[in-house]
Amino acid sequence: MIEYKELTKKFGKIDPLSINDYLQQDGYKMIRKAIKMGPKKILNEISLSRITGRGGAGFPVSIKMKSFANETGVKYIICNADEGEPGNFKDRYLMENDPHQIIEGMLISAFSTGASRGFIYIRSEYQNAINIMKHTIKEARKYLFLGENILKTSFSFDIEIRRGAGAYVCGEEFALIESIEGKPGRTRVKPPFPSQKGVFGLPTLINNVETFSNLPFIMRIGGREYNNIGSDFASGTKLISLSGNVKNKGLYEVSYGETIKDVIYILGGGIPNNRQIKMVQLGGACGVVIPQSLLDIQIDNERFHIFDSKIGAGALIVIDDRHDIFDIILRNMEFFEHESCGKCTPCREGHGQMVNLVKKFVNFQATKKDYLSLKSLANVIHETSLCGLGQTSPSSIISTMEFFPEDYEKRIEESVRRGQTNG
Amino acid sequence: MVNLRINNIDVSVEKNTTILEAAKKYNITIPTLCHYPDLHINSDCRICVVEIDGYYGLKTSCSTPVKEGMKIKTNSPKVLNARKTITELILANHDTDCPSCIRNMKCELQSLSRNLGIDTNRFENVLQRKEIDDNNPSLVRNPNRCIKCGRCVDVCKETQGMHVLDSMGRGHDMEITPAFGKYLNDEICTYCGQCANVCPVGAIIEKDNTDTVWEKLHDPNLFVMVQIAPAVRVSIGEEIGQQNGLIESGKLVSAMKHLGFNHVHDTLFTADLTIMEEGTELVNRITNGGVLPMLTSCCPGWINLAEQEYPEILPHISSCKSPQQMFGALAKSYYAEKEKLDPKDIYVVSVMPCTAKKYEASREELSVDGTNPEVDIVLTTRELAKMFRQMGIDFNQLDSVEFDNPFGITTGAAALFGATGGVMEAALRTVYEIVNEESLDDVDFHAVRGMQGIKEAEVVLGGQTVKVAVSHSLANARILVEQVVAGTSPYQFIEVMACPGGCIGGGGQPYGTTNEVRQQRIASIYEVDGKMVYRKSHDNPSIKALYKEYLTEPNSKKAHHLLHTHYNSRNS
Repeated sequence: MIEYKELTKKFGKIDPLSINDYLQQDGYKMIRKAIKMGPKKILNEISLSRITGRGGAGFPVSIKMKSFANETGVKYIICNADEGEPGNFKDRYLMENDPHQIIEGMLISAFSTGASRGFIYIRSEYQNAINIMKHTIKEARKYLFLGENILKTSFSFDIEIRRGAGAYVCGEEFALIESIEGKPGRTRVKPPFPSQKGVFGLPTLINNVETFSNLPFIMRIGGREYNNIGSDFASGTKLISLSGNVKNKGLYEVSYGETIKDVIYILGGGIPNNRQIKMVQLGGACGVVIPQSLLDIQIDNERFHIFDSKIGAGALIVIDDRHDIFDIILRNMEFFEHESCGKCTPCREGHGQMVNLVKKFVNFQATKKDYLSLKSLANVIHETSLCGLGQTSPSSIISTMEFFPEDYEKRIEESVRRGQTNG
Repeated sequence: MVNLRINNIDVSVEKNTTILEAAKKYNITIPTLCHYPDLHINSDCRICVVEIDGYYGLKTSCSTPVKEGMKIKTNSPKVLNARKTITELILANHDTDCPSCIRNMKCELQSLSRNLGIDTNRFENVLQRKEIDDNNPSLVRNPNRCIKCGRCVDVCKETQGMHVLDSMGRGHDMEITPAFGKYLNDEICTYCGQCANVCPVGAIIEKDNTDTVWEKLHDPNLFVMVQIAPAVRVSIGEEIGQQNGLIESGKLVSAMKHLGFNHVHDTLFTADLTIMEEGTELVNRITNGGVLPMLTSCCPGWINLAEQEYPEILPHISSCKSPQQMFGALAKSYYAEKEKLDPKDIYVVSVMPCTAKKYEASREELSVDGTNPEVDIVLTTRELAKMFRQMGIDFNQLDSVEFDNPFGITTGAAALFGATGGVMEAALRTVYEIVNEESLDDVDFHAVRGMQGIKEAEVVLGGQTVKVAVSHSLANARILVEQVVAGTSPYQFIEVMACPGGCIGGGGQPYGTTNEVRQQRIASIYEVDGKMVYRKSHDNPSIKALYKEYLTEPNSKKAHHLLHTHYNSRNS
């Protein structure tokens, strides 16, 4: 098997509601080790590990942590568990199956950077995960892993849960921060970055659930060893949320460098009913759509030549040959039209226009002119939007124009043939 | 210094400079839309994007700081296409009936479209029409023209500390609105009009009263008098194409006569009168143990804030009417009696730099006998300019004409009312000389001048040191008012003006009122003051004559009846 279970290895073996189960599996030993090592050495190990953010953008974690560590005064750590990207469910699994691992990761981050307060921001739909995390925090406090003078040192750190109200954009770091402050979820202008001026105007380190879950693992095996796992373009393991037209849908953990094809055919068991893959959407609704011919690409952070992100947060949505690409694109664009926060022009005004243009393709009313307008618009939204939402939302349009040009051509020809347009 | 290249030009600027600022320094124009000097950088419109070598996507020049070695293109085909596309998107959700908009030819969106060379829109118009809010006397909010740039939100929240407007809803449904999508008059809006002044399009405008004024000018039964506020003459030049806003008052009078006004008067006269009344009130409060500190009452935006949010402060506010209302009151009493006119046949028009003045004129207690308003109608500086355009007046061809009597002679002190600190300075010139019975060597009080948000000064009156303070912008007003409410205010006299820079920065002033423009207008105010024969209100011979002939003395029974008012708590 190609699975590489580290973050998920305790899944099913421990009762997530029992801190004793976690402790028996060497839980909270890594925060003890970290405290003995001291902040400087921890940050060095994280640097050596070359770990990148698991929320989708893939930014080097050590750069963020070091810049945050240099800030002074009261500092916050936020665990981003908003997981709103369609097709992703890894953070929910992590919270529901090994919640203490996340707390331990946050503790290591807090200790190494001098932060004293933390938030876990969970999307409101994850009621079960919210209950489990609340229970977990209570237990961790009882066992003195959270609160004042943790493990009888001068280190103090505590965590509060904040639940989202259903906005997709609140997974974006500044929109999430605004939401915690009680404001509508809308991003802010950068710079300053959250590590300089984040929640309540104070320095804030914000990472994804999976990123925090990796820290106890890095502490255990060391940064160098961690860096040996994975490919040249990314170290460690990646949780993959596999869904769509595939036999064994679910969550898988693999080392970086495995191919998409292997995940779909070996772990996923292939496509049901002897169907062929038409396309696979990577990362979620905001991800690129690739054809069968590209399934040999590896899961890592190497840049896609048309996009700056490849695998995103780790969703693989398999779509078989019964489906029309324009239906898929329309569904994506309607989602983003609904989820745009409305702050910046291209995202606010552009998504509705993209929906209108894609509908023409869906309804066999498309012209060459519509194609050119859609292409120009998708690229402008991608290049000029203020936050990650608009910067990535047109991915399915831009990538299908690149990888499925014949679908567009045929649809325009068919529109003309049906006499609904003049080409 | 940071060295970089913009469009193949070597550029060297201070650290932390934005690309937009750096480009401007080297005369490279980058178009903007949501950006406004003095306000926060929202970076919402995305028009000012540029291409930077090695950067993914396009970056907004307004918010991106320069870095050593950057190579920037401000006009690459990619950049131009992005700007064009974004502008088309805005136009596709905008009421583009430009000829029917007051901002036609003065609209930032229109200029942008023109400069970008937009000749067609690839996107279908998706505007969903919403109700226009014209339920108050001052401002009209037309959401169909709103482009969601956020300037009004910022000026209302940050500069004015009011937070009446904000964005509501999400995505395509996002709109700029008062809370719960209600009307401005359901809110604590002070009608200061700063939102209207910074709006790049016609989404928030003053309520236009020019049609009514034209009608009245041509009503043979009416004697139409007009008064012009001090701040108007230093800015209206901007509206008629002059570099500097200052217009010689003689030409302004002449232009007004061309419009058809029977009498043209200067609000400077009742500003002098305000100093006599308010100065006397201050001295009385100090010597008789009255409520102190005393706060000025000329500014209707400030009065709206006080009545709606700080009922405790009302006894502190001078009972003097504003100069606008004093003029109206005298026109329909003293002047009517003198000329044997029925007050009902006198129609008083004001030209003010202010949108809140429209509300003030509509207040019930500011009327003659409860029905006839002291001031019938108020025009903003912009509306007056509109009438000049409608009439086709060529200022180069105008002769100089004197203001009409009996309110003809005015002083430099009164002219100061247009600038922040001006009422204070005018009051100090008079109070100092009357109380100390000695004349000032230098009439200029520099401590209360300038754009600093809160200014303070000390002056010795009758052997007693009196501390005074001046604030402009409502956010600054709140600081001083909250000190008074908390009982910690160290001052005896405070001037409060709602708009940044005072009346010269009013919501009814020509568009493009930035701090740089405010400084220029303020300089013009001091220029006007410096050129006047009389510099102190109590030296004004016309004022002396008015008291002798009609009012007897400041704060007399008659003066109280005509020139003073009261305030009502509207804090619900």
